[in-house]
Amino acid sequence: MSLPLEYYLVLSALLFTIGVIGVLIRRNAIIIFMCIELMLNAANLAFVAISRHLGQAEGQLFVIFVMAVAAAEVAIGLAIIVSVFKHRETINVDEINSLKG
Amino acid sequence: MEINILEQIVIPIIKVLFIAHLLVIGVMVMIWSERRVSGWIQDRLGPNRVGPQGLLQPIADGIKFLFKEDLIPNHVDKPLYVLAPAMLLIPAMLTIAVVPFGDAITIGELEISLQIADINIGILYILAITSLGVYGVVIGAWASNNKYSLLGGLRSSAQMISYELTLGLGIIGVLMLSGSLSLRTIAGEGQAIAGEGQGSYPWEWNFLIHFPAFLAFTTAMFAETNRLPFDLAEAEQELVAGYHTEYSSMKFAIFFMAEYMNMIVGSAVVVTLFLGGWQFFGLETMGGPIWSGVISFAIFFIKTGIFLFVFIWVRWTLPRFRYDQLMNFGWKFLLPVALTSIVVTGTLYIATKGNLVWIGIGNTVAAFIVVSIVAGILALDNNSKAAAQDTSAAPLRQETLTIEAIE
Amino acid sequence: MNPELIVFIIFGTVSIIGAIAVISFRHPIYSALSLIVTFFSQAGLFVLLGAHFVAAVQVIVYAGAIMVLFLFVIMLLNLGTLSAKGALTGKLKGVAIILGILLAVEGVYIAVRALKNDTAVASDAAKEAAAALANKPIETYDIGRLLFSDYLLPFEVTSLILLAALIGVIVLVKRDKQPEN
Repeated sequence: MSLPLEYYLVLSALLFTIGVIGVLIRRNAIIIFMCIELMLNAANLAFVAISRHLGQAEGQLFVIFVMAVAAAEVAIGLAIIVSVFKHRETINVDEINSLKG
Repeated sequence: MEINILEQIVIPIIKVLFIAHLLVIGVMVMIWSERRVSGWIQDRLGPNRVGPQGLLQPIADGIKFLFKEDLIPNHVDKPLYVLAPAMLLIPAMLTIAVVPFGDAITIGELEISLQIADINIGILYILAITSLGVYGVVIGAWASNNKYSLLGGLRSSAQMISYELTLGLGIIGVLMLSGSLSLRTIAGEGQAIAGEGQGSYPWEWNFLIHFPAFLAFTTAMFAETNRLPFDLAEAEQELVAGYHTEYSSMKFAIFFMAEYMNMIVGSAVVVTLFLGGWQFFGLETMGGPIWSGVISFAIFFIKTGIFLFVFIWVRWTLPRFRYDQLMNFGWKFLLPVALTSIVVTGTLYIATKGNLVWIGIGNTVAAFIVVSIVAGILALDNNSKAAAQDTSAAPLRQETLTIEAIE
Repeated sequence: MNPELIVFIIFGTVSIIGAIAVISFRHPIYSALSLIVTFFSQAGLFVLLGAHFVAAVQVIVYAGAIMVLFLFVIMLLNLGTLSAKGALTGKLKGVAIILGILLAVEGVYIAVRALKNDTAVASDAAKEAAAALANKPIETYDIGRLLFSDYLLPFEVTSLILLAALIGVIVLVKRDKQPEN
């Protein structure tokens, strides 16, 4: 007997919320970035759970797509953070408030 | 659900204990043989005083480490400093769980498979766990709060990420032919779609069919274990001792043990994937239900031992790479070779309807062509650069970048 | 007690604790380590759900590559001294947490309620069909076949995205080699 789908969805919702709260309360760009990864992961969990519930492999397939995009996103994001740090000597998102390099 | 206590609890525990101890004893033997072999290579004796032929030297070393003062410097980040050695040792030990170290021993009704767990994604499990080994190095380096350690950790993380790609891509060709991710299937019979496993004779093993991928994989394995010629993370002449500069006593010993464990596990994986696992000229099938298992285990053991000797041999023969050479080698030579092997294996498998001889020849020729092209382009590039400007400390660029960033 | 439930509770609790630790540690390196713990327990949950391949990829990609990159950047920028300056959290922290709790309640409500409606509407035959499907394990083979047949175009597009990211990163961090005149 497998567990009901609700359990996984609730866990996924909680993880997502923690990610959202992190983005809202933290000011360190890197930690905000980690929280975004956390939210993506919560979505992945929901994908896999529903995939098993429906007995279809598509859910797992999309998790793999999400991971590929997340990897690309992390590479770009961290490169941006590094170059911002080089120019401004900070990664506090409150201080990075002008578009002018 | 009925649980058979003997089959599901007792035998797995015995297997786990046996393998774990074998690994630790293997580390001790490796420490001894590394020193003896290096002595032999450098035309000197090596340790020969403690016990016959110096065999008890590792025990003496262990006692020394245990009784040394366990020093924790004041300036370190204490929780992470203590955690780091464990984070390196645990992945090293976990990997062996899926490696099949022999056929099966059959006692009456009972068949004992000589493997702790035959999971259906075995090779992915190995890649996943080995990719965690880098945390021990990086966290240890960071927690030490020391400039040299930090540099070692930075180098190591960049190196590991780069070479992991080759490690993962190099085995794709093998996987395509065997049609399975389970290590037992890859080592032995093969299965499912393509279904070309490794036979019992050397010319049926994967290292001939995927010769370039085998070389690339082995080289990446050397890099993953952080040994010479890839020990940039702990280069003594540049970084004191790299990431374990601040460690002493048993914590240092654990770093040391993890390195040797990684070597042993890496050799076992290479033997399984490329060198036919526990098979050798049909010897493993002789000797009836009980002894064939033991013989197959012995064959696997000897093959792993020979490969471990190659590890030591390379370490004491080749000098260390420079950092930019290391990165260039990984990205511009190994990675293209691994990618070529995937393309050629797939294409030729369809084109020749699975003729392994042609796949083997095609792989080698294609890799040779790719390497020559890359080398040609690099040579041309270097020439034009040298003509354009006086090469000004190009090799140092990478290093100065990191040092600037840290200060 | 259902052994699956026990495993679920262990991994679920660990992942929630890890996630909370990510947003509450002061130092980014501790946050990164907590995030690795969360990713690991999620891989455990994937195994529990029978998605072995995804679990392995989760560890390889997230724990093995992405988080190493995070650690690399944290070490490269040496952010330890930076976060000690204060201004670690925003001014409206309380409001953010209240809004977050609201979101959590909403999410849980939707997760539970939507499924209830779903099962209430569905006919018995549909339920049986769904139950039969749900017991069918999804093998790595199924994923591979789908990936290279029905979803070939998205798969190729993903490779383009990775290529674009590769080029983008090189352009972003490339240092000008020309000497300044």
